[in-house]
Formats: sequence, structure tokens, C-alpha cells
Amino acid sequence: MSVVLRMKSINDLEEIRRIIGQHKRWDLIFMVAGIFALMIAVLTFMALFAHMLIDGMPRLSWDFFTSFPSRRPEAAGILSAWVGTTLVMLVTAISAVPLGIGSGVYLEEYAPKNLLTEIIEINVTNLAGVPSIIYGLLALGLFVYQLSFGQSILSAGLALALLILPVVIVATREAIRSIPVAIREGAYALGATKWQTVFDHLLPYSSAGILTGIIIGLARAIGETAPIITIGALTFIAFLPPSPVSNEFPYLSFEWLTAPFTVMPIQMFNWVSRPEEAFQLNAAAAGLVLVVMTLAMNGLAIYLRYRMRKNIKW
Amino acid sequence: MQTNQEKNVEPIQLQCKSEVKNLNFYYGAFNALKNIDMVLHDKKITALIGPSGCGKSTFLRCFNRMHDLYPGNRYEGKIILHPDDVNILAANVDPIEVRMRISMVFQKPNPFPKSIYENVAYGLRVRGIKQRAILDERVEVALRNSALWDEVKDRLHDLAFNLSGGQQQRLCIARALATDPEILLFDEPTSALDPIATASIEELITDLKSKVTILIVTHNMQQAARVSDYTAYMYLGELIEFNVTDTIFIKPKNKQTEDYITGRFG
Repeated sequence: MSVVLRMKSINDLEEIRRIIGQHKRWDLIFMVAGIFALMIAVLTFMALFAHMLIDGMPRLSWDFFTSFPSRRPEAAGILSAWVGTTLVMLVTAISAVPLGIGSGVYLEEYAPKNLLTEIIEINVTNLAGVPSIIYGLLALGLFVYQLSFGQSILSAGLALALLILPVVIVATREAIRSIPVAIREGAYALGATKWQTVFDHLLPYSSAGILTGIIIGLARAIGETAPIITIGALTFIAFLPPSPVSNEFPYLSFEWLTAPFTVMPIQMFNWVSRPEEAFQLNAAAAGLVLVVMTLAMNGLAIYLRYRMRKNIKW
Repeated sequence: MQTNQEKNVEPIQLQCKSEVKNLNFYYGAFNALKNIDMVLHDKKITALIGPSGCGKSTFLRCFNRMHDLYPGNRYEGKIILHPDDVNILAANVDPIEVRMRISMVFQKPNPFPKSIYENVAYGLRVRGIKQRAILDERVEVALRNSALWDEVKDRLHDLAFNLSGGQQQRLCIARALATDPEILLFDEPTSALDPIATASIEELITDLKSKVTILIVTHNMQQAARVSDYTAYMYLGELIEFNVTDTIFIKPKNKQTEDYITGRFG
């Protein structure tokens, strides 16, 4: 009898509506709080970007890209900075890509599953969180002094390569791991060796993911300042490194690798630390260029992933 | 089943393609296959049936050394492949060599995300065949033998993923056939397909018998009865009964087999 009574009270419509209303209030409260939290992040970035845009936009001209830094703010440009950044990124990409993909493939496909492998795996993941200045110190000791590469583009590129190596390795492993076991077994069942399976199947099918990882890594490296300062990039530089291509035999020159250099964030840092107002505008313009470069790289990563995955659905 | 009865009285001398001798298989410490003895007759279809987890797929995957891909697996005993009498489970036999002689078709169609042509040609490319004329010819023959040629001949360079499920499975059969295997293994090849695609795959398997020795795992007893010449019933890693398919289905000797076949358990 008491059970019947309780059932009746539970199924009372008025009561049910009141409880639902009460519960739904929390939906509303969280939604408002969530939007507020999101807006703090989005609006802050938009405000920063808008500020930089307003300050820097008037300074952006063809001359700004083709002029060396100067004592006169209106004549100063970012030529040595963007050339330096491009060359450093080139060294970073050329060294980090094969090392990262190689390590990722080895860890995922070849390494025996034992304690040592596990320790290496955990450490690789943790390396991504090491402060970048530590990589700068390592590069200073190893590349600049031990290997006598000097305070050069080569040292800077290799330092940044170390920095983004964990990103490339992790991206490679995750991209390879997302390929279904059935595809792997299909290749092995036809008599493929491990190398044939990796080269004919796993790498091509994971190329979108790997490429995304590389670009995201490079986008991180392009804005790094601390390790570059540590190994001794110059803050004021009014000449370009020797050109990689020449008119005479052997047409390719690697002298630029050992040249002193500067990069975009350091050029910015230099200008920000000047007292004159006009240099602040230069800094904003350089910052704008840097942000657009980073966003363009990330955009490219998203586009490539979309394009290459369109045909592959597991 | 009635139509199959003539097979019982076939007087031909059967040739043996492969002999399984006292096979034990271990996943780590777990003894998944226990003392299995069996034969595969040349150019015949042998079906493996039994409830889930009885070890039929594990047994099938011994034939192409698939277990070698994962650590902690161990074989004991022999699988002798005729006519050269090699024990394909021997440690000094390269699993890659075994897989080149014995092809496999998987449960779910698993074409590579490449063109139809490249899917079929892959087994040949692995063998280092590069001449276009040879590849073209082998691909066409394989696609004809898997009854897919007419449907895909005008779009060989389309992505294989654009085919229907049944077509994808026939493509996987063509891929396995392209290298002229001595034995073709099927691991529940129709379990992911609709009844119409299933019927076409079954018909294809029956047709292939004239060319290749077939071992098929199936969870579908009607399928085993329809397509196979010999049937093995497995339970908990043991081979309970192995005989001509009609005998297994009409008058099984073992009570366990009878219970499974009549649907009293399983």
C-alpha cells in the first residue's frame, strides 16, 4: 500500500515539471558561464590582434620587407629577419623531418615492446614539455662550442629541430597508429616485409597526419625566441647571409649555414625594447607578419589534412 | 545437402595438399589449439566450424604464420605443405615465404586505400614484378577469376573504397588470387556482407575450387554445408570431428558435433 502511494507521488506531473525546471536551471547557468569563459579567451586574442593591426598596418609596405633594420624607425625593415627566419626554418625542417619520422616509425613498428621502449616512449612525450630555453642551452654547449658550428643559422636550425622533434615523433606515431590493423595484416598476408608495409602503406596513409604534425611543429618553432637568443643570434644585423645559389660552379653554396643571423621574434624584441614610439609601431608590424605566417601555416595544415583524408576513411 | 550426396561415392584418389600433425598453439601461456591432426585435400574446400572462441580463426592463421606478427605466440607440431613436404611452422622457414605461397582473405573487406588496379597488383609488386604487360595480364586474370572484371574494367584506376562491400571483398579475393597461391584461406569472408553479396561470394568460392585448395572459417553452418567438401568441427581448441561435409551434417559420429549442428548449443 505504501509502495503504491509513493509511486503516485513520484508520477505527480506538477512535481515532475518542477524538478525538471530546477535541473534545467543548471544547464542555463553552465551555458552562460561557458560562453563567458570562451569569450575571455577569444576576445583577448582579438583585442591583441586588432591592436597590432591598427598599430602595424600603416607600416606594412614593400619597403618594410626589403629594408634592413635601421636607426631611423621609418626606414627600418625586416629583410634580415624574415630571410633569417626562412633559412633557420629550412634547416629545422630538413633535420627534424627525417629524424622525427624515422624515430616515430621505429617506435611504432619496429621497436620490441619492452621496458626500455616504454621508458623511451614516455620520455619522448615528456620532451615536448621541456622549456625551450633548455634546448637553447643544450644547443649552445653542443652545437656552438663542442661541434664549433658557431652562432650560426645551422646551430639555430638544429636547436629548433631538437625542440620540435617530439612533436613530429608523436604526430608520426599517432598517424601510423590510426591505420587499422586489418590494413597492416592485409599487406603482411601478401608477403610484404616490414619495410614494404611501412613504405608502401603506413607512410602514405599517414602522410596527412605526419604533415600536420610537421607544420604545427614548425609553426611553434617560428615564434621561438629564448633558445635563439641563448645560442647568440644578433639583434641588429644589416646584411644578408651568403646566397645558397650562385652563378658559378658548383652553383650551390652552404656558406649561409655558418653565417650570423637574426629572426623575426628577435627583431621584434629589439624594437619593443627601444624607447621611441615609432619603433613600437615597427614591432607591431613585424608581429603582424609573424602572426600571419603562423596562422597561414596552421591553415595549410588544416587544409592538407582535409584534402588528404577525404579519400581515406577507416 | 541432398545435391551434395553424389560426392560420397566419388571414387577418385584424393591428393593431399597439406597435413596438420599434432599442432599446438599458445598465446603466451594459453593453449589455444590442442593436438590438432587434419588434412587439406588438394583442390577441395575444407570448412572449419564451431562456436565463437573455439580456435578456428587461430587455426586458420597458423597456415600463413600470421601469429608471427605479434609477440608471445608459439607453435608446436607441424603443418606439412605438399608437394615439397616443407613444415611451414618450422623456425627456419621464413613466414614471408609461407605468406607468398598461401594467401588469405579477411573477415571484413580490407582493400588498401589505393586504386582497384594497385590493390590487385600489390602481391605482384611485392615480388618485384614491374613489367606493365605482366601486371596488366595478371590483374585482369585475377579480376576475371573473382567475377569482378566486368564491373570494374572501365574504372581500374578508381579508388577501391568506392566499391560496395561485396565488390570490395571480391577485390580482396582477386588480390589474394593474383599471385597464384597454393592454398587460399578465408576467415569468415561473408560475415560483414548482406545476403546477396554473401551468395555471390559463396558462388565464387565454389568456382575457385578447380584452381586452388581452400580452407574457410565460417560461423554459418549452412554456408559450410553449401560450399565445402570437408568439414572440421572445433570446440575449445580441439578438433572434435573431421569428415566429408555430408557425413558431418547428416550422421556425425560425435555427440558434441551433433548437438552443435542441430542447434542444441552454440
